[in-house]
Amino acid sequence: FPFPLTYIARLLRIHISERKREEEAESNQNSFAAMAPRKTPVVSRNPQLIRGVGKYSRSKMYHKRGLWAIKAKNGGVFPKHDPKPKAAATPVKPSKFYPADDIKMPLPNKRKAKPTKLRASITPGTVLILLAGRFKGKRVVFLKQLTSGLLLVTGPFKVNGVPLRRVNQAYVIGTSTKVDISGTNVDKFDDKYFAKAAEKKNKKGEGEFFEADKERRRASCHKTRRMTRRLSMQHCLNRLRQCQI
Amino acid sequence: MGFKRYVEIGRVALINYGKDYGKLVVIVDVVDQNRALVDAPDMVRSQLNFKRLTLTDIKIDINRAPRKKTLIEAMEKADVKGKWENSSWGRKLIVQKKRASLNDFDRFKVMLAKIKRGGLVRQELAKLKKESA
Repeated sequence: FPFPLTYIARLLRIHISERKREEEAESNQNSFAAMAPRKTPVVSRNPQLIRGVGKYSRSKMYHKRGLWAIKAKNGGVFPKHDPKPKAAATPVKPSKFYPADDIKMPLPNKRKAKPTKLRASITPGTVLILLAGRFKGKRVVFLKQLTSGLLLVTGPFKVNGVPLRRVNQAYVIGTSTKVDISGTNVDKFDDKYFAKAAEKKNKKGEGEFFEADKERRRASCHKTRRMTRRLSMQHCLNRLRQCQI
Repeated sequence: MGFKRYVEIGRVALINYGKDYGKLVVIVDVVDQNRALVDAPDMVRSQLNFKRLTLTDIKIDINRAPRKKTLIEAMEKADVKGKWENSSWGRKLIVQKKRASLNDFDRFKVMLAKIKRGGLVRQELAKLKKESA
């Protein structure tokens, strides 16, 4: 009688895989009925002793899962559901053209770029020190991180002449000084706001006409920008004034 | 001429090297020619080489190797902390520490304060010049 452990383990493993297959088959059957999606996650009623060996035997599991109750409800047999009528397949027309050579298709790349991870020291309202660019050395208030990963930043303009600007996180030192900007609304500003005004294709307008068009566009752009900037900067400035020395 | 600060029991010293750098400490016993037993209210009593100590002017009145409680009482009585913080040496160290721990914003404030002070000094100087001229 003393069967070696490995043999018993193998028997049990077959046992369990058979059971699993049965359960899958049953679940497939049941899925054809219009069942509501599960609200609680599926938890096994058969705790594992070791990987691959369950605590309860097949007959015990039958009882635990209530398969007898399902049978009883359905008059001694497992409920059978007719398969859902498959939607009539649209007739596929045979294509007229088959290319002679196989074209190499590049592998699909479904990666989506995330905005750069923001350093923990940089939170909305932090004073940053710009390290490069036109305004290097200036201390500047951080407003928010844009979807491109760049930081939206402002002097404010009235304080040090740094306008609403985008800045890369790498070229910035975050200080521990924070300004309270809870009131300022920066939702309006995003990367599109900073995109260059698209140059209209003007076949006729060469030379002077072209220039005039550009100027007009630039001016109107400025006005709207100034208004939006003013509203948000006012708020920022007020906050700064509050925490002045 | 001659030495003014002696190694004696109760001499307050400053640790100038090692893990406890900058701590004020009382010499509580002398181990041998090179080492002293040293203690402070916030430190475990330990031995230190004299080379790691710089003696100060402050001395407190204790017996050899007192209990911690007695030591703390003696230090309070002699007001070691007060004497230290009012001495020019102590004040210098405090300023050094403060400078080292300054924020970017703090440094900005210091700059403004310095400018302001400089302005006032120059105003006074101008007044004096005018008077003497």
